[in-house]
Parts: sequence; structure tokens; C-alpha cells
Amino acid sequence: MTEQAYNFAYLDEQTKRMIRRAILKGLAIPGYQVPFASREMPMPYGWGTGGVQVSAAVLTPNDILKVIDQGADDTTNAVSIRTFFERTAGVATTTATKEATVIQTRHRIPEVTLSEHQIIIYQVPIPEPLRFLEPRESETRKMHSLEEYGLMHVKLYEDISRHGHIATSYAYPVKVEGRYVMDPSPIPKFDNPKLSDMAATQLFGAGREQRIYALPPYTEVISLDFEDYPFEAAKADHPCGMCSATDSYLDELIMDDAGGRMFVCSDTDYCEARQAAGYKGKDAA
Amino acid sequence: MNPLLSVKGLTKRYGAFVGCADISFDLYPGEVMGIVGESGSGKSTLLNCMAGHLTPDEGQVVFDTRADGPRDTITMSEPERRMLGRTDWAYVHQHARDGLRMGVSAGGNVGERLMAVGARHYGQIREKTTDWLGRVEIDASRVDDRPTTFSGGMQQRLQIARNLVTGPRLVFMDEPTGGLDVSVQARLLDLLRGLVRDMGLSAVIVTHDLAVVRLLADRLMVMKDGRVAEAGLTDQVLDDPQHPYSQLLVSSVLQV
Repeated sequence: MTEQAYNFAYLDEQTKRMIRRAILKGLAIPGYQVPFASREMPMPYGWGTGGVQVSAAVLTPNDILKVIDQGADDTTNAVSIRTFFERTAGVATTTATKEATVIQTRHRIPEVTLSEHQIIIYQVPIPEPLRFLEPRESETRKMHSLEEYGLMHVKLYEDISRHGHIATSYAYPVKVEGRYVMDPSPIPKFDNPKLSDMAATQLFGAGREQRIYALPPYTEVISLDFEDYPFEAAKADHPCGMCSATDSYLDELIMDDAGGRMFVCSDTDYCEARQAAGYKGKDAA
Repeated sequence: MNPLLSVKGLTKRYGAFVGCADISFDLYPGEVMGIVGESGSGKSTLLNCMAGHLTPDEGQVVFDTRADGPRDTITMSEPERRMLGRTDWAYVHQHARDGLRMGVSAGGNVGERLMAVGARHYGQIREKTTDWLGRVEIDASRVDDRPTTFSGGMQQRLQIARNLVTGPRLVFMDEPTGGLDVSVQARLLDLLRGLVRDMGLSAVIVTHDLAVVRLLADRLMVMKDGRVAEAGLTDQVLDDPQHPYSQLLVSSVLQV
């Protein structure tokens, strides 16, 4: 079958309408999980089927798409989704955060501040923040509708009692506009402060769980914490080995079996842009 | 004095079968009411209807709320009823596993109700939790252990601590000593009696164990086939039962 046999961005127009309705509802009720009829996509669950469907629904022929996986543009997930939309939608793609109009991401928010003409789409594995505390979906929905969020703090309490500090380091629960408690997808808690008051529109898609939720621009998002154990955005306490940045989230790379290691920016575009601008880290060749 | 809880004509049917029929009674502050009867007599149905876990077909359950005085809890909105369920009411399940979160530490279990009503200071939650574990005779060193590592009696005491930590005024108990051996039962009853007296709690205790009501309850209601067979002061009903079923119940207790 030729690529022309596909509708623009793979999904048929009726499906895209259905997803857009869910997105609009999600934007109208920030943080609320809107159920939608998730489609079978030509990739396994867990590879971003939710994010891909949301991207397909919002893409227009003039968009410039960027896909990142753990901050990187060149890993399998990012490359395959980018190629997927190049072939089925024919849209332009980029790795430069500033140039992109639609950014689909897994596990990271880019280091560069996003602007109002951008949309960032998160791939979400488990949209329900209360899931591992309360297994019944009927009960978690009721807890959301009645704002019974005491249980969320039980998880943080358990962290402190076991580890002496809040050890949850990713998918850190947040409260949206003082109302819904939301799972920000498995982004590191370092990225949590960026969620709040962001200029770009933020959309979250969970394919297997069939949920879409959203944060309109400039939404207040607060990370949950205790008065005596306030939220802290944590990162490895090193500069980047390649570009010497101290303000970016770092990946730890094991270099050899003698304990050698190296810290580099997880956002490859940010790191490359800095290196091109002349910044040089201690591990740069 | 207003009754704390006033049950009027409570009826619950399961299709053609009657769960409990036309039950009425008043419970005053500080009073402990025992409900006894054989299996299938409608005791648990009645308790669940009162606690809001089941919706009765007819009748009223009027609770004297702190804010608005007497309110029918059956017609009040669900958020209000659930709020009562984690503040002024407590429910002790027969099986501690039903009332506890087994994947959460003992401290987290006790602290959950505090956090549910807005406590956001870890140190204070911790302090109150540890205090309550002491009150139910659980060693403070076990605060971070999961209830799965506790014995049956300890789990039951933990469940009681979890329920009483927010200072409820009314406690529903469904067979609180069921499944525990006699010496553990005796200690639990002793503890419960102390807590009920110290905190001035009102309680409704459902049990088939007459010794439990003899020790804890001020008043007693004997149920048979979903209806009240006999009601009165505990000692009066147990020492001088009038209804044939009460007589049978009292005479079936094994004397050691």
C-alpha cells in the first residue's frame, strides 16, 4: 500500500474530530481526565499511542513537528514517531525546540522556555495519579469528583517515613488550579515547576487507558508536598560534561566498568545548541 | 438532650427478601448500643444502612451534626455523607483487612484520616499517629511496618486507632472481636471499653458474642428475621430474657 492511501496524519477525519472534542473538553476542565475512544495504532501500547493520536488530531499541514524521547531527538521512539508523521502527514520536522510548533514528548519538558504558538503533547502511560493507592476506577473517579485527595498525601507520607524525604522523583503528583490532582506523566520532578504558568498549550494522551487531559496556557500547577517537607525540584548535582550547563536535567552515563561516569544534558537539542555556541564541558572531545 | 443518632422505621429489602424491617431506636451521646442475633438476622444490613454503605428502602437515620443539628443522613448529599464518614463517624470492620490499607505502613494507615481532613504537616501527623499507636498498645517502633506483618489482634487494634484518630463521635463496629482468640479478645474489649469511656464515644456494636455486649453495651437489641425481637438494658435482657428467641440465645451460651 502506498503512503497516499492514508488520510492526513494516519487517522480518519471522524476519529480526529472525536479526539479534538476530548481535547477541547480537557482544556475547558484543566486536569480532568476525559475518556476517549482510543484507536489501535500501528505501534505497541507503551510506545506513545496516546500521544500519537493527540498529535494526529492537532497537526495541520503547516506544522513543524519535533519528537523527543527522554529529552533526546535521536532515540528509537522519537525517530520512529517522527518518521511516522513524515510519511503519513508529510509535515516538516525539526529537532530545534524553538522552531517546532508541535512537540510530542516522552518523559521530559524541553529546557528552552516554550512560547504561546507551541503545543506540547505528553505520552502518558497511567493517567490516574491515585491508581496505585486505590485500585477501583469507580472509586478514584468519585474521589476526583468529590475532591477527596487525602490519599495522595499518604503516598508522600510513606516516602518520608521510609526514606526521610519525598523520594518520588518522577510522575510527581500536582494540583491544577486548586482543583484536580493530576499525574504529569513520568517527567522528572525537576520539570514540574515548568508545568505551571507555561505559555504553550499542554496536552496529555494515554492510549491504552483511553484518557486525554490538558492544561491551557498559563495554568497554575502546584506540586503536592508537606509544610515541613516542601517540594524540591531535584537534579544531579553536576555540570553537563559536554556543554557545562548547570541548569539542565542530566543523564548519568556509565563509561567503563571501573566506575567512570559522565553527566550530560538529557535534552540533546539544548546541549548541541550550547556546544555550537562555544560552551565546552570537561568531557567534551 | 437530643439523641446523637435517631433511627426511624428503617427497612431494607433484597427483592422479596427482607434484610431488616421497621427498625427504630435512639442513641444518646456516650451510649453504647449492642445489636445481637444469629447469622442472617439482618444485623449487618442494619449497620450498613446506618453507616451509609447501603441505601435503605424506607426510613430515616437522623444524626445530630456539629454544624447544622439533626440531619437525615440518607437524604443528605453524598459529599456530605462521605465527609461525616471520615470525621464524626468511624466504621470498624470485622476483618481488619477490609478496613486497612495493607500496602501502606501502620503510620500511613492512621495518618490517612488526618490527611483526608486537611493535615499537611508531616511532623504533626507523625506525632499524633505515634500517640495513637501507643494508645492501642502497638509499640512505636512498628510505626513504619506494614499491617501485613502484624498479628490479627494488632491489625484490629490498628484499625481502631485509624478510626478514632480524628476524634469521631459515633463508631459503628461490625463484629470487632470476630476471628480473634479469647485472650486477645479480652484485651481488645478492655481497650475498647477504656477508649469508649475516656472519649465519651457513642457506639453501635453488632456481634453474635453475648460476652462482648455484656462488657461494652449499655443497651441491647436482639434481632430475629430482620426484626427487633427484644430491646432493653443489657443486663435486663441478658439476665431476664422475655422473648423466646432471646431466651434461646442466652441459654445457648456455653458455660465453662
